[in-house]
Amino acid sequence: MKHLLSTADLSRDEAIGVLDTAAQMAATQSREIKKLPTLRGRTVVNLFFEDSTRTRISFETAAKRLSADVINFSAKGSSVSKGESLKDTALTLHAMGADAVVVRHWASGAPAQLAHAGWLDAAILNAGDGTHMHPTQALLDAYTIRRHLAGPGAPRGGAGDEGVGADLAGIRVAIVGDVLHSRVARANVRLLHTLGAEVTLVSPPTLLPVGVHTWPCRTSYDLDATLAGWQPDAVMMLRVQRERMSGGSGAFFPSPLEYTRYFGLDARRLALLGDHAIVMHPGPMNRGLEISAEAADSDRAVIVEQVANGVAVRMAALYLLLSGTTEGISL
Amino acid sequence: MTTTYVLRGARPLGGEAADVVLADGIVHEITAPGAAGVPDGAVVVDAIDHVLLPGLVDLHTHLREPGREDAETVASGTRAAAAGGFTAVHAMANTSPVADTAGVVEQVWRLGRQAGWVDVHPVGAVTVGLGGDRLAELGAMADSPARVRVFSDDGRCVHDPILMRRALEYVKAFDGVVAQHAQEPRLTEGAQMNEGVVSAEIGLAGWPAVAEEAIIARDVLLAEHVGSRLHVCHLSTAGSVEIVRWAKGRGIDVTAEVTPHHLVLTDELARSYDPAFKVNPPLRTAADVEAVRAGLADGTIDIVATDHAPHTREDKDCEWGAAAFGMTGLETALSVVQQTMVDSGRLTWADVARVLSTTPARIGRVDAEHGRPIAVGEPANLTLVDPAARRTVDGAAQATASANTPFAGYELPGRVVATFLRGRATVLDGAPVERTDLAIEGAAR
Amino acid sequence: MHAGTGMPGTPEDPTTSAPDADGTVVLGASDVARALTRIAHEIVERAKGAQDVVLLGIPTRGVTLAARLAERLAAIDPDFDPTRDVGELDVTMYRDDLRRQPTRAVGVTRLPAAGIEGKTVVLVDDVLYSGRTIRAALDAIGDLGRPRAVRLAALVDRGHRELPIRPDFVGKNLPTATSERVRVRLAEVDGEDAVLISGRSSGDAGEGRR
Repeated sequence: MKHLLSTADLSRDEAIGVLDTAAQMAATQSREIKKLPTLRGRTVVNLFFEDSTRTRISFETAAKRLSADVINFSAKGSSVSKGESLKDTALTLHAMGADAVVVRHWASGAPAQLAHAGWLDAAILNAGDGTHMHPTQALLDAYTIRRHLAGPGAPRGGAGDEGVGADLAGIRVAIVGDVLHSRVARANVRLLHTLGAEVTLVSPPTLLPVGVHTWPCRTSYDLDATLAGWQPDAVMMLRVQRERMSGGSGAFFPSPLEYTRYFGLDARRLALLGDHAIVMHPGPMNRGLEISAEAADSDRAVIVEQVANGVAVRMAALYLLLSGTTEGISL
Repeated sequence: MTTTYVLRGARPLGGEAADVVLADGIVHEITAPGAAGVPDGAVVVDAIDHVLLPGLVDLHTHLREPGREDAETVASGTRAAAAGGFTAVHAMANTSPVADTAGVVEQVWRLGRQAGWVDVHPVGAVTVGLGGDRLAELGAMADSPARVRVFSDDGRCVHDPILMRRALEYVKAFDGVVAQHAQEPRLTEGAQMNEGVVSAEIGLAGWPAVAEEAIIARDVLLAEHVGSRLHVCHLSTAGSVEIVRWAKGRGIDVTAEVTPHHLVLTDELARSYDPAFKVNPPLRTAADVEAVRAGLADGTIDIVATDHAPHTREDKDCEWGAAAFGMTGLETALSVVQQTMVDSGRLTWADVARVLSTTPARIGRVDAEHGRPIAVGEPANLTLVDPAARRTVDGAAQATASANTPFAGYELPGRVVATFLRGRATVLDGAPVERTDLAIEGAAR
Repeated sequence: MHAGTGMPGTPEDPTTSAPDADGTVVLGASDVARALTRIAHEIVERAKGAQDVVLLGIPTRGVTLAARLAERLAAIDPDFDPTRDVGELDVTMYRDDLRRQPTRAVGVTRLPAAGIEGKTVVLVDDVLYSGRTIRAALDAIGDLGRPRAVRLAALVDRGHRELPIRPDFVGKNLPTATSERVRVRLAEVDGEDAVLISGRSSGDAGEGRR
């Protein structure tokens, strides 16, 4: 594994390998001494062209738990007000000897360009690019789903501890909200499909992309019908960006109130789910908009656990990208 | 004073071989192959199996001067045009300052004359500063020495329907044409690539086909209503072809162009996130590519125009979302047309002369000089092509000052062996011929 | 993921290859059994009983050997519980050769519920070679707790140590050349019990590394 750019690049075995590695990483995180010497001497750069304190902290924690040196590089700038170019930034990081670059960027494809343009030879880890991909978020979501739903004694499970070795065959996941602009949704649809889960995207028609019919999932405009009729095992609520509602004639839905009425997860909708079903959210939440406080704080919600699992999954990704020889890896 | 050229064994429009003698700026003599005599000082060009075409005419070129001389100048762009087999180009108005006054168009026209590679015919802006708010002084530009006949806000769409109606009507007074960049602005805010399966997957904001088609549909109806002629720039979708076909069937005076890149490249290329493939209008689907080829073959699409859009390296060596739209095209256009249309049997070389020379010259009203028949007494604006040659495209090696070709590394058929502008070789043996007779040419006028 | 990628699996371990007709059997099944029984007795003797002993096997075959030793310890000293007092210790994340090898899969570390604090930990491995695996294991143990003592048991010691490490309990000392390859086969994993040595005549590239 040279880069982690998109969940579409992961085979089933590779994806399970990441989740299994994450499980071992998670096991080390319950110890008194959480730090491992594994990546001593390696340098991980967090290159953030877009603010995301929680993602940066998660990666930073993961890298430090593996004893890597961490450099945080905030390179803010938009397509309108360009700062230093991506290329110059990449050349700078190359000169600094970065072994891995964790990239968060407003532009879809920027991590792929860093990986392939020949500007630097570090491993590139996509920490969210535009409206394209957020692979570690999808991996931590899959990890969380597997822990709860594919482990021993789980309703659909039967695999080893914490679901190690298992895929997500037959598990039903509803992803609800702004799919059009969501890298989390795109990353999850690919990964969950690869792992054998069934996915339904629930969204107002304005927030589903043209072309979604080719995705390996179902789509629905009706949250109630999906929850009651399809009985998902996991419900993943997507964050609704406030600016999507205020575009005047270009707004994607009439009002926050109407959005909540049709697509918000509340106690009533929660009651439509099976007892085992879990509620997920990539954060940060808009309480009262896409998710009510009752739903967010219910014992079904695994939202806080997702954060903890994020560190383990990112440790796994960093380990897999940085531990082996850099060329000619084969099994 | 000018050199006499004997093109030995050339095939005019791909037909029977002949010797074609160029002298005094005109086609002086056409004889059976091997029969033409060689006057003293004449240059014999071995043209056996080469196709002789009327000099190519581009209705859609961005020369970037004034304003972005770091990307292209009139001199560098027209040199590239000559290398690509062109003898005339229409220089788009989106310069800085915008070509919306007689002064700017005259400046561009003079720069073209000085460079001497091809005839530069400036396109005038339809609206002041391409702002889309009020008409530019179209009459003044038409009356200037540049004799502007094509008006376009290219890069932007004349989206206000009443303004478009007025422009269509107004240019009738001097036989002008409005060349519309069909792009509904509200439907394409922030758009980065064709909206469809690929955009959905790779997370780039989509540019729906309807944003182009809706404007074309409106404009053909407006043109019909006011009895004006309309030219549609770089049509790119199957739906656009259908609308133009319908309009022509109705007798509406509309012409349409397609770019070489839309004849061959698809939105699948965006998966690489390489901004070399970022262009306006965006690369579309394989079905659209087939539709524009069919439209070009059946005459629905009248011409091929390059939309040569040079950009500096820094405007392309960046994130897709931050990169400039556009591709260079002057030096690859003929090869792409040969590959997609001639080698596939959908067009003859005579058709190529029609879509790359005769018809664009007529639309641009430069057909007294360009796009002429290959006949004795006609201006010697000619292009000699070796269709059997193959070459690998290298952006850095091209004559254009910018390297943003989408065809880098592609092997393309055909090579421009020679280009003649009024009997003078601007390209010979495939290489541009630097001009030494500026004073003489200037004096001759 | 991209060209040249590969996710980790178990890296090719010389001791897991298919039976090699050229290999010379240096320990047969009964030799292995006898060696383990002897080691079990030595452990009990050295620790003066087995009540505070914890066996930690190093994957893959060290885990199997630890399980077999546990049965024998329990037979000698009923205070030793062969399910309770045995664990496995994955040392992957402590290795010093991670950058020289294809990416290794991280294995499971499982400690006895009572932990290792104050215990006598006996590390169990199949072949002792350079000592680097044991160095990694000692570091891993250091992060897991503070045992009263750490001992080392190996079925085979083939020499060529690169670190100041020596075993406390050895099944068989096996002088080898670095070009030779030592393979331990165990019934639970490989279908038979045997220790084989190969490459004795032809100069193998230095395999059998541990």
